[in-house]
Amino acid sequence: MQVFLQQIINGLGLGSIYALIAVGYTLVYGVLRLINFAHGDVFMVGAFLGLFAGVSLHQSLWVSLLFSMAGCALLGILIERLAYRPLRKAPRMAALITAIGVSLLLENGGQLPEVFGPNPQSYTNPKTDLPLFIPEHVYRVGGVSIDLPTICIWIATAIIFVGLRILVTKTKIGKAMRAVQHDQESAALMGIDVNGIILFTFGLGSALAAVAGVLFASEYGQIDPLMGLMPGLKAFIAAVLGGIGSVPGAIIGGLLLGVVETLVAQFQGGATYRDGIAFLILILVLLWKPTGLLGTGAVEKV
Amino acid sequence: MTLITRSSLFDAERAPFMRGAAAAAICALALALGGCKGNTETAGPQSPTGSGSVIQIGEYGSLTGATATFGTSTDRGIELAIQKANSAGGALGKQLKVDVKDDASVTEQARTDVEALVNQRVAAVLGEVASSRSLQGAPVCQAAKIPMITPSSTNPRVTEVGNYIFRVCFIDPFQGKAIGSIGTDILHAKTAAMLYDNSQDYSKGLAKYIEQSFTSKGGKIVGRYTYSSSDSDYRSQLTSIKAEHPDVIFIPGYYNDVGIIARQARQLGINVPLVGGDGWDSPELTRIAGQSGGKNALDGCYFTDHFSPDEKSPIVQGFVNDYKAKYGARPDAMAALGYDAAGILVDSIKRAKSIEGPALRQAIADTKNYQGVTGNITIGPDRNAVKAIVVIKIVNGKFTFNSRIQP
Repeated sequence: MQVFLQQIINGLGLGSIYALIAVGYTLVYGVLRLINFAHGDVFMVGAFLGLFAGVSLHQSLWVSLLFSMAGCALLGILIERLAYRPLRKAPRMAALITAIGVSLLLENGGQLPEVFGPNPQSYTNPKTDLPLFIPEHVYRVGGVSIDLPTICIWIATAIIFVGLRILVTKTKIGKAMRAVQHDQESAALMGIDVNGIILFTFGLGSALAAVAGVLFASEYGQIDPLMGLMPGLKAFIAAVLGGIGSVPGAIIGGLLLGVVETLVAQFQGGATYRDGIAFLILILVLLWKPTGLLGTGAVEKV
Repeated sequence: MTLITRSSLFDAERAPFMRGAAAAAICALALALGGCKGNTETAGPQSPTGSGSVIQIGEYGSLTGATATFGTSTDRGIELAIQKANSAGGALGKQLKVDVKDDASVTEQARTDVEALVNQRVAAVLGEVASSRSLQGAPVCQAAKIPMITPSSTNPRVTEVGNYIFRVCFIDPFQGKAIGSIGTDILHAKTAAMLYDNSQDYSKGLAKYIEQSFTSKGGKIVGRYTYSSSDSDYRSQLTSIKAEHPDVIFIPGYYNDVGIIARQARQLGINVPLVGGDGWDSPELTRIAGQSGGKNALDGCYFTDHFSPDEKSPIVQGFVNDYKAKYGARPDAMAALGYDAAGILVDSIKRAKSIEGPALRQAIADTKNYQGVTGNITIGPDRNAVKAIVVIKIVNGKFTFNSRIQP
């Protein structure tokens, strides 16, 4: 029983990272109907920006987080402006391929010695070799171990979930986002600055990826330019699983995927399938319920 | 928005000329490519470029990427050895020059790098550290009949590729036996769990040999778990291992993963010793593992290795001092093996009095009682080195020499 509980905790820790990244995917898809494949790499950039702020600028966790969020928001806005907006009227395939192209650009560009360099870098304070932001305290509750970075990730996910809910349902800009999500043309006719809302959504999603990046790095201790590849893919699957376009769906999808992955890997020889199971889930979801767990099929009224 | 569905360009019915032209172009391309490939394969022993006053040697390694310290350490060892050889006059009256290719720790890139070196017609190739990557380069060298010496690949299959492939280190059946005996003889463990990297030949092979050794002495493996080099979360496997209460956990993997595994194991409350092999040897290992409960996550753990810089022999201390003077750091096993591999190559060139493939190959194969910094090296009939293995214990985050096991 204890073992099972520990595995669930492990899975929820892993899944929260997927959830945070998946929220970004789902927000962008909601307004643009585009899967931003470069999102996983924005997550990676967020981790590196956090490292830079913490080590070179000697800032604390909060300031580094803000720095990283701002940097990634800017990056997301730049990507939208330069890579996706020109293709707004083009077939969806073109924008998708461009997204993959941006992803490759960030990954390979990041490996250049002038940028991040290809070697893994430790998320530690270079003077003390201790973790950079969050100390490695481990709490043992009834035989189950939870470490402080994991708790931070859960708290962050909860805050972001509540925050997004308030933003989307109670604020004017949230209303505008929902309007653009529903029908871009009508929203424009209503006087909503559609381009502005799209930029805002991109910035928001990217900032959330930055949070995920810094927390992921604090948890696992090492970052490298290719670290966004797998988590990005898994988060995309999580977003689809939960219902692409739905924020609660993204979070539930992420947590669920993390737990399933952990439960599969706990068996001898199971770890070989830990990645495969995620893709299998993707295929099954697309075959049987493409709208995902919480997604609703939008009825188009003519 | 018009979709292009049929273009007369490729419509064979309306333009039979295009179909014929396309077919001809494809045939020509296939012939050209096939012809090129044929040339490299049937060329036989390639005459190395002993152009003018320089002997060209090739080197491939992971100077960057996941296992970057393997490549950089080996490269430094080789560089130091070649520098010493050149200042003593080089070989056959010529200076030696090393062309280094970085495979960035990517398995497939190793093959591309060695093909490039072979095309440059180097006299010999030094590399790689990781067995998976050596297995990529070895067939290329064998086909081109250019001798390849791997400094540190321990999987037996590497030298089985062909008679032009050599190594200056021990092989994993011996290393596995030694690791198993650490479990039984030093730690007195009755049960053990195995956690290895399923995506690396080194780890898979070594795990097999460790299990054979441990069980032959009465030990029991309570669980076999795997991970992949691209993972960062091992908690799932570790939680299952913890539930089985092994006395010891064998982790025959590479330092970049082992460090994180150790950290997560301690976080989960697993306090038993971890034991591994030469893949642990890196200055980064204990730093990645970090502190846990007031001590390093790897304190009290053991691994087998080729070399210890603490050894009080004049040849080892001489090497350690030279290395420290040039690079400002203590050498690790990879640097020492790189140094010996390059040293044996230079020595073989002198004995062969030639850099022609077959002659050089024979000289390397005849290496006997070469006094290397990693021990007395004799190349056996299977082109592997017969040497003692060193047991390293990690104390206060530092590698300390524990004992030596003879073959």
